[in-house]
Amino acid sequence: MPTPVFIAEDVTKTYTTNEVEVHALRGVSMTLFEGEMVVLLGPSGSGKSTFLNILGGLDNATSGTVSFMGQNLTNFSESNLTRYRRDYVGFVFQFYNLIPSLNAWENVALTTEIAKDPLDPKEALELVGLGPRASHFPAEMSGGEQQRVAIARAIAKRPEVLLCDEPTGALDTKTGTLVLEALQRINKELGTTTAIITHNTAIQQMANRVYVFKDGAIESTHENEAPKQPSEVAW
Amino acid sequence: MVALPVLDRKVIRDLKRLWAQVLAIALVMACGVMTLILAQGAYRSLSHTQETYYDQYRFGHIFAQAVRAPDHLKERIAAIDGVAAVEMRIVRSAILDIPQMAEPAAGIALSLPSGRKPAVNRLYLRAGRLPEGSRTNEVALDSRFANAHNLKPGDTFSATLNGKKLNLEVTGIILSPEFIYALGPGDLVPDDRRFAVFFMAQSAMEGLFDMKNAANDISLRLLRGACTPCVIEKLDRLLKPYGGTGAYERKDQQSHAFLDAELTQLSAMAKVLPPTFLLVSAFLVNMILSRLIALEREQIGLLKACGYSSWSVAGHYAKLVSVVALLGVGIGAVAGNYLGKLMTQMYAQYFSFPFLVFDESPDLYLIAAAISLLAALGGAFSSIMKAARLPPAVAMRPPAPPRFRSFLSLKSRRLRILSQLSTMGLRHLMHNPVRSLLTSVGVSFALALLVSALFLTNSMDHMINVAFNKAETADARLTLADDKAPEVLGDILRLPGVLTAEAYRREPVILRFGSREKRVAITGRPTNANLSRILDLNERAIEMPHTGLMLPTHLANQLGVTPGEMVTVELTKHNSIIRQVRVAGTITSYMGLSASMHIDALNALVPTGPRISDLAIKVDRTRLDDLYDAVKETPGLGGIAMQMLSREKFRELMDESVTSMLVAYITIAVIVAFGVVYNAARIQLSERGRELASLRVIGFSKQEVFHVILVEMALIVLLAQPMGWLIGYGMAAGMIQGFASDLFRIPLVVLPSTYAIASFVILTAALACALIVRRRVSNLDLIKTLKTRE
Repeated sequence: MPTPVFIAEDVTKTYTTNEVEVHALRGVSMTLFEGEMVVLLGPSGSGKSTFLNILGGLDNATSGTVSFMGQNLTNFSESNLTRYRRDYVGFVFQFYNLIPSLNAWENVALTTEIAKDPLDPKEALELVGLGPRASHFPAEMSGGEQQRVAIARAIAKRPEVLLCDEPTGALDTKTGTLVLEALQRINKELGTTTAIITHNTAIQQMANRVYVFKDGAIESTHENEAPKQPSEVAW
Repeated sequence: MVALPVLDRKVIRDLKRLWAQVLAIALVMACGVMTLILAQGAYRSLSHTQETYYDQYRFGHIFAQAVRAPDHLKERIAAIDGVAAVEMRIVRSAILDIPQMAEPAAGIALSLPSGRKPAVNRLYLRAGRLPEGSRTNEVALDSRFANAHNLKPGDTFSATLNGKKLNLEVTGIILSPEFIYALGPGDLVPDDRRFAVFFMAQSAMEGLFDMKNAANDISLRLLRGACTPCVIEKLDRLLKPYGGTGAYERKDQQSHAFLDAELTQLSAMAKVLPPTFLLVSAFLVNMILSRLIALEREQIGLLKACGYSSWSVAGHYAKLVSVVALLGVGIGAVAGNYLGKLMTQMYAQYFSFPFLVFDESPDLYLIAAAISLLAALGGAFSSIMKAARLPPAVAMRPPAPPRFRSFLSLKSRRLRILSQLSTMGLRHLMHNPVRSLLTSVGVSFALALLVSALFLTNSMDHMINVAFNKAETADARLTLADDKAPEVLGDILRLPGVLTAEAYRREPVILRFGSREKRVAITGRPTNANLSRILDLNERAIEMPHTGLMLPTHLANQLGVTPGEMVTVELTKHNSIIRQVRVAGTITSYMGLSASMHIDALNALVPTGPRISDLAIKVDRTRLDDLYDAVKETPGLGGIAMQMLSREKFRELMDESVTSMLVAYITIAVIVAFGVVYNAARIQLSERGRELASLRVIGFSKQEVFHVILVEMALIVLLAQPMGWLIGYGMAAGMIQGFASDLFRIPLVVLPSTYAIASFVILTAALACALIVRRRVSNLDLIKTLKTRE
């Protein structure tokens, strides 16, 4: 039986803006196990990003509990959450969010400088196939390359979990495949628990498990006995 | 209610949203407008007041003194071509004994014609009446002295005039256009308590001074367009047989010269300060608008796609900038008007004008508004044009990502000294070198302003130290009513409380070298002078050489003469005898333009033989009252200048004016520093919000993220320090040049502590800005920032 990394129980999130209450999450429970790759599917506004942000310590739940390796995240202070993100979580966003004034190597070094047991930035870049582009600045790279630098940056600290919010959302099929291959390779070689949010239903075929969100709750879930390679996925 | 066009509503909302930055720019702009209206307004009001006062009270154009000029000369003077009016009077010094004041006051007594108003230099009667011709003991007293001693018409005081002790009755309180700035003998600044100007009937003065049908002071008013040098030449010729000492024009009259120097400073301030503030605000407008337009790129595209013309888009941003400028003009105009009136009143009080002509000058406000608008629009020009030129299709696409250069990237990564966070800060700084430099220059300007205000205390302290501790160490100076034989020294030494005394001789002369000439005095100094010494160019006391003239550098420069050359000396009091004297050297002197010579050499130069005209004394302070009493009773003494008191009075006045000036300058400098640093930081924050949010997500703490912004801000502010010191030193040197006059010169002394204090103020202001920005960094919305497309 694999070890659970995250255990979320009955998590709700309510935003109040301009006296209007928005229920982003209406009681989500989910367990993520060590080394697995899950895909969160669902239309815009279904709550999957909110849930991922709570897992990553970017946001707090309104009610319910989220525990990470036995620790209750919901009780964490602001500085504890910063510490948690620094030591355990890697993020990948749709818009890369690289630092334009740092080159690829330096962008990765940004995390290795503050991590406990990091990879060498060069090694991280090689893992995503960008070893030769280390000295290039973001403005000198394609979207796919930039996203792979973002992945290298996220995994260089050997995080326990890698949380990816629409990592291929801004990319074409070919570059998207390269990015997904990088994610799968890291999941396999480093054993990093990976959660990927996507609109693209085809991507679910490469996950161990798939959760489908709708209106702030999990609508359905299923497992893939034999996850496919990104190159085998048609999208 | 009229519906506002939608674009104008956007202007209003943008202003509300950007209020802090808008206010910061408006305040810097307001400083410019304020200094313009304040200085120019006060200048206009004061010069208008001066002009009206001079005109209504017939202030003279030409002045002359003689030993004894007979009254019948008046017709011949009046006949000189160009002369409109002539007044001949008796003017003598006096010593006043005022109840409740131990020390004697110095006074100057002037005669008033009987039965008519003076044709030149009329009096403004504030209370009471003028003295009557038949009464010998009536005086009209200067209002400042009367106020200082609470003397009213009907009160009496005693005075020693020509050795006679008199009881005088105040009949009127007056002001005179000749004594707008009234400086007692030996004083550095006016002292209302110790210096009196009073007027007596002509007949009374004639009797007291044995000057029946004669005068020793002549003032003229000229017709419009008269040839001043021609009149002076003819007047000198007429007065020469009667001991005329040479006529001079208004610009050499003491009160007028001081007032004029002050007005020149005001007008210089109005010319220098406002443009600098406007330049800084133009830069701020430029910085903020270019960022705003970059952020609103898509909106601009959308507006154009909807059919708005390039001009209406440009007009939209121009309106935004204009509102900011007008806000600055509004604040500056109100503050300038208020402070301008306050300053004018202060000046009026200091200078004793009987009335004030306030010049409301609507044109000044229009000029201020126009140049502020121009400065703001000038600053905004490139950004506005960029917005107008942006094709809609391009505008709606995101801009190309900024390209950075691999500055600071070391080949060997193991040798890295800087963290990635510091590298980020440095690269960002270098990415926009011009902007970074201009920001730094803006901050350095604030620093320079402070240095140029703070150094005045250093310079003044130095000047006082040199003047009173090195050059003039006497406690008091006694002026003799007329030059006396050197034997008088013994009498003075016998006065109670006098410890030591040194005799000096003073001769009014005209020095000529080539085509240049200067009306000054030569002071004859004894060997081993201790109470009044001359200083070499390194400010060390030196012995007076036995031959030749020692000239203050300022005077030597004006004459264009160097040591070793011969100058022509005209002894104006002695029938204008001409002598040739060698210049022995140059000396340091911050006050007056007096040349120096050994007293024996001077005695040999003048045909009257040895004479002394004043004495420097050291006194026993426990016996001051006895000395004061003796001075009041001693005939032959023209006056006493209490140098120890005038030193204190000078310090007091300096402290007062320097303190209020420092408060004003510190306020302005903080506004400028804050405006520049705050805007620069806000723009950084706006440009780099995404980066900073990414860092927070990766796991950097708020403090570490703030560090990135801080590195850049700190570098800009630190770079500004040496620049600010340098500019400040330059400004201080410029001010010193502007202040230099024949009356006094201020040495340029800027102590390290001045730079330190100025930097401390600026760094504190920058730190306050940093703390505000830190709060913004802390409140960064990570999710929102990261999920939006730039």
